[in-house]
Amino acid sequence: MEVINLDGTEDTPKIILDRNNGIFEISGRSLPEDSAEFYQPILDWLDEYSKNPNPETVFIFKLEYFNTASSKLILDILSKLETIDNTTISWYFHEDDEDMEEAGTEFSELVEVPFEFKTY
Amino acid sequence: MKYIYELHKVMVTRNLILVYEGEFTQEITKSVLAMAERNMDAIGEDSTIKRKVFNVMVECLQNIVKHSDEIDDINYANKNSAIFMIGKQEDKYIITSGNPVTNEKVQDLQGKLEYINSLDKEGLKQFYKDKIKNSKGLTKKGGAGLGFIDMARKSGQKLQFDFEPINESISFFSLKTIIRRNVVK
Repeated sequence: MEVINLDGTEDTPKIILDRNNGIFEISGRSLPEDSAEFYQPILDWLDEYSKNPNPETVFIFKLEYFNTASSKLILDILSKLETIDNTTISWYFHEDDEDMEEAGTEFSELVEVPFEFKTY
Repeated sequence: MKYIYELHKVMVTRNLILVYEGEFTQEITKSVLAMAERNMDAIGEDSTIKRKVFNVMVECLQNIVKHSDEIDDINYANKNSAIFMIGKQEDKYIITSGNPVTNEKVQDLQGKLEYINSLDKEGLKQFYKDKIKNSKGLTKKGGAGLGFIDMARKSGQKLQFDFEPINESISFFSLKTIIRRNVVK
């Protein structure tokens, strides 16, 4: 499968989706002008991946900030991950960022995927 | 030239650290955010407060960008023009925006904001979760319909708003969000 490797910008996150090396990570800031358009390739990639996934998938979210339009798309990503066996979400938040911790907790209550919370 | 001094005085008395008036785009949004961030970094603002201000600013600015093309009134010259301001006081940041909206939308906006203001912390959390879970995709404007709720949650205060009629088809929508600086943890 092709590798998605996007550099982060001031309004879009860094994204790595690399099946062979088992790296699945979204980090940085997410406030694109058009969230649906920005995340569509990620959702398409996950559809493809879900057909023949790795035995284990650890998906890392290490977001510094995301806007409300992105939060809807993050939920869409989590909903796709929900369908993939042996998936765990690693939700990172800055140690003094209670809002990001709470956001992770809320997402974990909306989908049936185990979350691990980690600080950085 | 006196208006320059007058404007300066208003900004100083109101403790406005940033005012932008004009057309709003994603590029402008990024610039305004960068300026406000630099300003807060320069005074060593607490990171929790900084994040909350940033958060409310993004929702506020992107709301204006998303809805800026809705005014189609040939009699109103400033249809693409909106204002965004940040005030900083000892104990709070005040994030204010103003933009023209069609009168048809006033009732809907007012209803949404009043409903949000009627909810407490737990109610807002529940409302947010219900909306994000049950909405089918984004609106045609690319929003999640969560902006005001998020602003209220991050602020922890009621959202203040006002609609000033401009003419029979448009009103000026003002929105004010407060972020307390002396948050006791």
